[in-house]
This record gives sequence, structure tokens and C-alpha cells, in this order.
Amino acid sequence: MKTLLVAEYREGKLLGTSSELINFAAQLGAESAMFLVGSEGALPGYSGKLYLADVEQAGEFNPSLHKQMLLEVVEKEQPQMVVLPHSSYGWDLAPRIAMALKTAQISEVVEVKDGNLVVPSCNSKLRRQVKATTAVTVVTLQGGAFTPAEDPSGTPEVIKVEVAAGGDIEFLGYEEAAETGVDLSKAEVIVSAGRGIGKPENLALIENLAKALKGEYGASRPVIDAEWAEHSRQVGTTGQTVSPKLYVACGISGAIQHLAGMKKSEFVLAINTDKDAPIGEIADVLVVADLKQLLPVLTEKLNAL
Amino acid sequence: MKILICIKQVPDMESKFKANAAGNWYEETDLAWRMNEYDEFAVEQAVQLKEQVGEADLTVLCIGSDRVKETMKKALAMGCDRGVHIADDESYLKDSYAIASLIAGFAKDKGFDLIFTGMQSQDRGSAQVGVLIAEMLGIPSLTTLVEFSYTDGTVNAKRELEGGTRAKVSCSTPALVTCQLGLNTPRYPTLPNIMKAKKKELISTPVAELSPAASLLETLQMAPPEKKGGGLVLEGDPADLADQLIQILKEKTTALA
Ligand SMILES: Cc1cc2nc3c(=O)[nH]c(=O)nc-3n(C[C@H](O)[C@H](O)[C@H](O)COP(=O)(O)OP(=O)(O)OC[C@H]3O[C@@H](n4cnc5c(N)ncnc54)[C@H](O)[C@@H]3O)c2cc1C
Ligand SMILES: Nc1ncnc2c1ncn2[C@@H]1O[C@H](COP(=O)(O)O)[C@@H](O)[C@H]1O
Repeated sequence: MKTLLVAEYREGKLLGTSSELINFAAQLGAESAMFLVGSEGALPGYSGKLYLADVEQAGEFNPSLHKQMLLEVVEKEQPQMVVLPHSSYGWDLAPRIAMALKTAQISEVVEVKDGNLVVPSCNSKLRRQVKATTAVTVVTLQGGAFTPAEDPSGTPEVIKVEVAAGGDIEFLGYEEAAETGVDLSKAEVIVSAGRGIGKPENLALIENLAKALKGEYGASRPVIDAEWAEHSRQVGTTGQTVSPKLYVACGISGAIQHLAGMKKSEFVLAINTDKDAPIGEIADVLVVADLKQLLPVLTEKLNAL
Repeated sequence: MKILICIKQVPDMESKFKANAAGNWYEETDLAWRMNEYDEFAVEQAVQLKEQVGEADLTVLCIGSDRVKETMKKALAMGCDRGVHIADDESYLKDSYAIASLIAGFAKDKGFDLIFTGMQSQDRGSAQVGVLIAEMLGIPSLTTLVEFSYTDGTVNAKRELEGGTRAKVSCSTPALVTCQLGLNTPRYPTLPNIMKAKKKELISTPVAELSPAASLLETLQMAPPEKKGGGLVLEGDPADLADQLIQILKEKTTALA
């Protein structure tokens, strides 16, 4: 089996996901080559063929152009699998490749089981083993699912890819997330509010518990999207990555994008009415309870210590 | 302007899930159903666009069993003008490619200026259908949008990237956009609008009449993740739970030190 790994590059940097791609190919026992729209100054640790298109000419974000160049490499290498990260770059590009090749796409692979690929379903409450009916497949990998124990090393054999002009989308630059607000990355205790708080008034329950534990409060995305708390308090892939000594998740289901931001916490306590909530998978303690009833009592007892 | 919005009906994610007898999807009985969360943002954005440009016709499309019509009525009550239901009791067996082919087959020759989809469905979660439709129709697609604006045939938008960074992008219509959480604030249908929606056109076409493409993926097995175990599960009276938790925090963490 031969795989073509598609690495990603953004804001002048090679992204770390390339090591996950390499590790995935190794787990499959597959040969690999790599494709990157990037620069010679930032090459991945990799010993294999690297098809490199110059990012200065191709642009960091130009999906139809990246697709064309990638298809040329597919033509040369004839891989059975094209592998991308399941990231804003990967989930955007992958279906374009799958469509052009008329092949099946398997999104957000978390595991290889008996030679088949496994993907999550229903907020990770179920897992689906899938099989493509086409000879070639396009695959995207869930972030963190294939992180290697050690970063791969090596120097790739660089093969330049010609960059043509074109593209039907104009990329007009980046806008960084506002950096004002709290820096949760330094907090030793974080108590986070999820959609399970139900209404903005209940955020006070979270804040009070955070105070009683001498920590900060954070939140999951729906709480931020609803503007019940400011963006700097969002924990997850599109918010902050935190690693406190204690993380208390209140009314948070445990979607992968939230877990990605807090799974390095030393001790995780989850409070949730749903015994099957995926947060239970990583929680040291899951308390099956209504946070509206438990938090006031817990806070009061802590304050009385 | 002609606008198409694709929505999916999905179970409430707080439901208890188990595999069906064939082991190729989840058991659909005893579930509460709702609009895919991402698609609520798609519907809202389309309705806001109509309010902005004045003249626009909004078609909402959904593939699924008769049950999905309830969810389509919500989209009509939010402000869509007409509903196209592709009736298919076995749509859950169709992969993203087959679903996208059906939608592209419908949209082709209809001259939609803009197509709105969610960035992903909550149950299948492939994040493919939108981009596939656009590729099939040969129009540009912008994915994972957290900001959208439209002026004179041009879409200006912001894509959300990891870490909360955004990429400013632009393209000309006809185009397709996929909507991320937080793009806007989806409205709740008002009672008068729910009543009005009852009179709006909602036409069902059996999928068999549309020569659907074959799926490229099959599901071999569906099962809950293997419990890695370890974690302690506590239940009971709040006061007892609070005492137990304080004990645990004292023993296992430095938080109360
Ligand atoms: C590209 C992308 C990026 C994303 N980035 C992020 C991110 O950075 N951060 C993030 O958090 N999410 C992110 N998300 C969204 C993520 O997928 C989930 O939608 C989100 O994390 C869900 O938040 P939640 O757990 O608060 O809400 P839900 O999933 O709705 O869960 C609510 C939970 O509360 C429980 N509950 C309800 N009532 C009570 C009660 N009274 N007491 C106790 N428990 C109760 C329920 O059982 C449920 O488990 C992203 C999604 C995408 C697609
Ligand atoms: N059965 C369906 N009917 C109509 N639209 C759908 C259907 N399935 C998926 N979609 C659309 O495609 C988007 C992405 O779905 P998916 O590729 O399954 O993650 C959804 O947010 C919907 O907008």
C-alpha cells in the first residue's frame, strides 16, 4: 500500500500535523510520499519524497490551485490513499480531491482496527468502522489521534512542483484572535461552563465555584457563541489550550474539539446529567448530577472549609 | 436572488445511542429529532440575506424519511419560502457522496446564486456534503464560515481556523458556503410565522424518481467506543456528592492545599 500525505503550512510555519500523518502511514505499514505547499526553509522531519510547491507563488490558501497541484502528484505517485489532517485546511481540501478522483472519502479517522478505518459518530458516542468500495480513498485524520510518541526525523528528498496561476477564491489575509482578556493557560484550577448551564444567569454558579477553588472560569464554545462569556475564556481547538492541575467541566458533553483544549489537565472532574456523555471518557471523576443543584452546595461547603 | 439551503435532521446528541440490528447505523427509534445545529446557522444566514437584498427566493432541501418534514417546517417558519423534500427512508445508508449527488442533481439547471449548508452534520460528521455539491456543480465553495457578507455578486467571508485565527476570503457567485457554529444567532420561529409556514409549499419527491448515485463507502460496524475505564462515576444526593468530592479533591489534587 502506498499513501500520499498532505502536510499543512500556515502563517509562515509548517504545522505539527505532518508527524501524525507519518505515524498513521507507519501504523498501516504503508509506503509514503508527501505533498506540501510550503517553503524550503521549513521542511518536515521525514525521510521520503517530498513534493514541494512554493507557498510564495501558490499562496497559503487557494484550494482549487492546491487541488490541481496535488492531483498532478497523485498522477505521478499513484497512491491508494491520500491522507490529510482533519483540520480547517484538510476538511476543505479533501472533498475536492475525492471528487476529482471519484473516490470515497473517510473523514476524521480515529483508529485503525483490523485493517479498517474507524470514525466517530454522534459526538463520539458511537464509532463506525467503514470500508470504501473504491480502489483509492481520501482520508482525513482526527487531530491528536495519531500523535507519535516521538517526532519523526530525517531529511526529505525534495521534488519541486510547478505552480501555475489560478484559483476561484481570493485569500485576503489573516485576522488573529483578539488577545485581550484572561490567559487561562496559566491557571492552576479552571471551572468551565458548558451549554448545560442553560441560561446566562447560571454562569454565576460557575464563577462562584471557580472563586471557591481559587481558580479561573472558562467555557465551551456554545457559551461563547451565545456571548455569555468573552472569547478569551473559550477552551478548545478554536480557543485556548489549557493544562491546569484541576479542570472542572460543568454541563459540557466532551466534544473532541473541546477535549483537544483540556485533555492535558492533571485531574478532570465532570458534572453532567448524562451518564453517557463523552466527557466521561477522559474524566477522573464523573458526577452524574444537575449542576444547578450540586454547584451551590459544593461551593458553600468549600467556602466553609 | 435564488438561494438553496440544505438541512439535515439529526437526533438530539444527549440521546442514548445504540447500533441498529444490521449494525450499520444507530437505532432510530426512541430518539428526539431536531435540525442539525450547523444548519440552523445556514438557514439564519440565508434569511438575513433575503432581508438585506429584499428580493430573494429561499428553497430549503432535506433528504430523509417523512419524519424530516417536521424539521423542514421549522426552517420554513424561520423564513424559508418553499421546501423540497427528497423522501428516502434509507437515506442513512447513503454516504456523503450519494447525498451530495442527489442535491447537485436537483440544483443543476436551477440557477441558484448561493447555496448554504452546514459545515458538518452532527451524526455523520463528514464535513463533505457541501464541498462535494459545489465541486459537482463546478462553483467555488467557502467552508467553515464565521462571518458572511454579500454585495453585488461577491461574497466576503471569514473562515475559522485552529486557535481562533480567521482567514478573510472572497469569491463571486454562484457559490456555496458552509456554516460554522457562531456565524450568527439563529432566530426562534414566532407563533405567527409557525402558522404562516403551514401554508408554504413543501413538496415530497420519492428518491427512486431521481436515480441516486451509489455510495462509495459502507459501514461495517457501528458500536459505542470501548470504555477505557478508570474514571469514577458518582451518583446520589447533592450534599453527599459534595462531601465525597471535597474528600477526593483533598486526596487526589492540590487544589485545596
Ligand atoms: C471546527 C470546530 C471547532 C470547534 N471548536 C471548539 C472549541 O474550541 N471549544 C469548544 O468547546 N467547542 C468547539 N467546537 C464545538 C464542539 O463540537 C461542540 O459543539 C461543543 O464543544 C459543545 O459544547 P457543550 O459541551 O457545552 O454543549 P453540548 O454538547 O450541548 O453539551 C451540553 C451538556 O450539558 C449536559 N447538561 C445539560 N443540562 C445539564 C445540567 N442541568 N446539569 C449538568 N449537565 C447538564 C448535557 O448532558 C450535555 O452533555 C468546535 C466545533 C467545530 C466543528
Ligand atoms: N440528508 C441530508 N439532506 C440535506 N442536506 C444534508 C443532508 N446530509 C447532509 N446535508 C448537508 O451537508 C452538510 C454537511 O454534512 P456532512 O457532510 O454529512 O457532515 C450538512 O450540514 C447539511 O447542510
